[in-house]
Amino acid sequence: MIRYIIRRLLWAVVLFVAVTVVTYIIFFIVPANPALGLCGKACTQDDVKRVQAYWGLDKPVPVQYLKFLERLVVHQSLGRSFATRREVNDIVKDAAPVTASLVVGGVVLWMLIAVPLGILSAIRPRSLLDRASMVFVLVGISAHPVWLGLIFSFFFGYKLGWFPITNYCDFINPSTDCGGPVQWAYHLFLPWATFAILFAALYVRMIRANVMETMNEDYVRTARAKGAPEHQVMRSHILRNAMLPVVTMLGMDIGLALGGAVFTETVYALPGLGKTAISALDTFDLPTVQGIVVFSTICIIVFNLIVDLLYAWIDPRIRLS
Amino acid sequence: MALLEVTDLRTYFRTDDGIVKAVDGVSFSIEKGKTLGIVGESGSGKSVTCLTIMGLNSKRTTITSGEALWKGKNLLTMGAREFRDIRGSEIAMIFQDPMTSLNPVHKVGKQLTEAIQLHRDVTKSQARARALELLKAVGIPRPERRIDDYPHQFSGGMRQRVMIAMALVNNPDLLIADEPTTALDVTTQAQILTLMQKLQEEFGSAILVITHDLGVVAEVADEVVVMYAAQVVEKGPVERIFKRPHMPYTWGLLGSLPRLDSVVDRLVQIPGSPPSLLNPPRGCRFHPRCPYVMDVCKADDPALLPVFDDSDHFAACHLDHETKDREAAKLIAGMMAQAS
Ligand SMILES: Nc1ncnc2c1ncn2[C@@H]1O[C@H](COP(=O)(O)OP(=O)(O)O)[C@@H](O)[C@H]1O
Ligand SMILES: [Mg+2]
Repeated sequence: MIRYIIRRLLWAVVLFVAVTVVTYIIFFIVPANPALGLCGKACTQDDVKRVQAYWGLDKPVPVQYLKFLERLVVHQSLGRSFATRREVNDIVKDAAPVTASLVVGGVVLWMLIAVPLGILSAIRPRSLLDRASMVFVLVGISAHPVWLGLIFSFFFGYKLGWFPITNYCDFINPSTDCGGPVQWAYHLFLPWATFAILFAALYVRMIRANVMETMNEDYVRTARAKGAPEHQVMRSHILRNAMLPVVTMLGMDIGLALGGAVFTETVYALPGLGKTAISALDTFDLPTVQGIVVFSTICIIVFNLIVDLLYAWIDPRIRLS
Repeated sequence: MALLEVTDLRTYFRTDDGIVKAVDGVSFSIEKGKTLGIVGESGSGKSVTCLTIMGLNSKRTTITSGEALWKGKNLLTMGAREFRDIRGSEIAMIFQDPMTSLNPVHKVGKQLTEAIQLHRDVTKSQARARALELLKAVGIPRPERRIDDYPHQFSGGMRQRVMIAMALVNNPDLLIADEPTTALDVTTQAQILTLMQKLQEEFGSAILVITHDLGVVAEVADEVVVMYAAQVVEKGPVERIFKRPHMPYTWGLLGSLPRLDSVVDRLVQIPGSPPSLLNPPRGCRFHPRCPYVMDVCKADDPALLPVFDDSDHFAACHLDHETKDREAAKLIAGMMAQAS
């Protein structure tokens, strides 16, 4: 188990270095000079040089990368935005709760849909419910989140007026005109639904398949042969095993989900990490984009680590090997 | 009254290809404390017979008829609750593959105590004590240490011992063992068989043992049922079946018995393979593979009738009894000659 944890930790470090290097490289093969954008149209050649020197853009890329790493590790700083001169740490600090709200609520909603639907349609294959859930899966998988978001905001927001179309309300402090858990959830409901449907559809299918496969396992038959009632067979023998791969999948998909959050944030104008990164890309605001990528990477890595450890903890075959 | 009396049991599965008649008119009975062996090639419906008796077939796709009287009550029509109380307590079952029959995410101790607590009103520690007692009885070394291990920490033979412990934990009247040794290596097979016999004396359970190996039957059974293509083709007390088998299929099985002194390829003596149960042959189901086939075999299904001078011994074959006696004697003589 200790060896397993150490291996996982080392892997996390490797992953981190790889992702940051890749973002660095991508940025520097994009043929645009951020210094030009930084000082504006009226800049002379000399001004550009000075700006470049100020931001350290005249150094070779590896040196810049190392400086960036040093700043990050020693000072826990992501640098300053080219565009607004704000600390990237602050930008991330403002945007992260929005994305976290969206993703956490979305994941909860998607599991709330997928787990019962997946299990029920596995118990009664070819039933009405199973067929209905297959239709849901098809629609969910084929609908793009942006399209879904537009449809949702048009019908439930604009036509029916059930939910607000844009805006984010803070969960804790009502800094703006809205705040508190109720407003927060009310404003996030449509984004959650938009975000959750694709994944819910994928997970319904996966959970259904897992449960159906597990139902045919020999040890399930053993449990029935012992005289265990159906609900106990389901809970203690089928679900416990069928959900193991779901936990791993969830860990892997959380990165993908962050990607999906970008679309949802854009449609609903939520000031989260995704939308902030997109805006920053428009202005070649390297530190902001880099900062958001690095922060998201750390989040994903930490999350994967937690899921791996959780998985090892619930699966004795890993824990004890 | 017999402990378990199965009469004209039929189990049909609805599949996409049609109806699979996996068990098609099987009758036998088991007396208290006795051992019945069901033998036949793989695919002859032995497992389905047991699963039907245990009520473990999926209800949606299965059509069952006939009777399985357990202490006088028909299991096939019994309510779910009442059946659950019998299952695992009065009738217990162990399966062919010990590697997959235990739940990988629960400690073996938990799986044993679950079996106890499902049927008895005992505390956790009482259940654990009972579980330990059984693990000791089935010969697991240092059971107080192993009880908190997970199945993957046991070898195949040890897992089958755990399965046996789990089955016997409520002192069942009948233990159904579906090919309990098939997945194990030869040495372990012998150990498990010896263990089962020892425990039968200790617990007094009747045993229904399923196997494709007549050697196993010879060792443990009192009565034998030979199954072919979903039907019983011969049955009787074990010594009669081995002294005077009356069905060419049984001869084939006997001829394919592995001998201690030579490594013979099993089942090589019966050419061909068992028929599909979707669409079994007309007449005697064994006729396409039978070296003694006559015209009548292709047209009429032989009834399972008592051998003319032995009312405990039944066989389903159109051959006249002189031929059967002669061929059986030849076969037994040949086996004796080879063994000595
Ligand atoms: N659930 C099922 N659905 C359809 N066919 C089945 C099912 N279970 C078993 N069968 C078929 O029934 C026949 C008998 O199977 P089985 O009882 O397992 O044979 P064996 O004598 O080897 O134990 C086989 O042809 C098998 O394919
Ligand atoms: Mg079988």
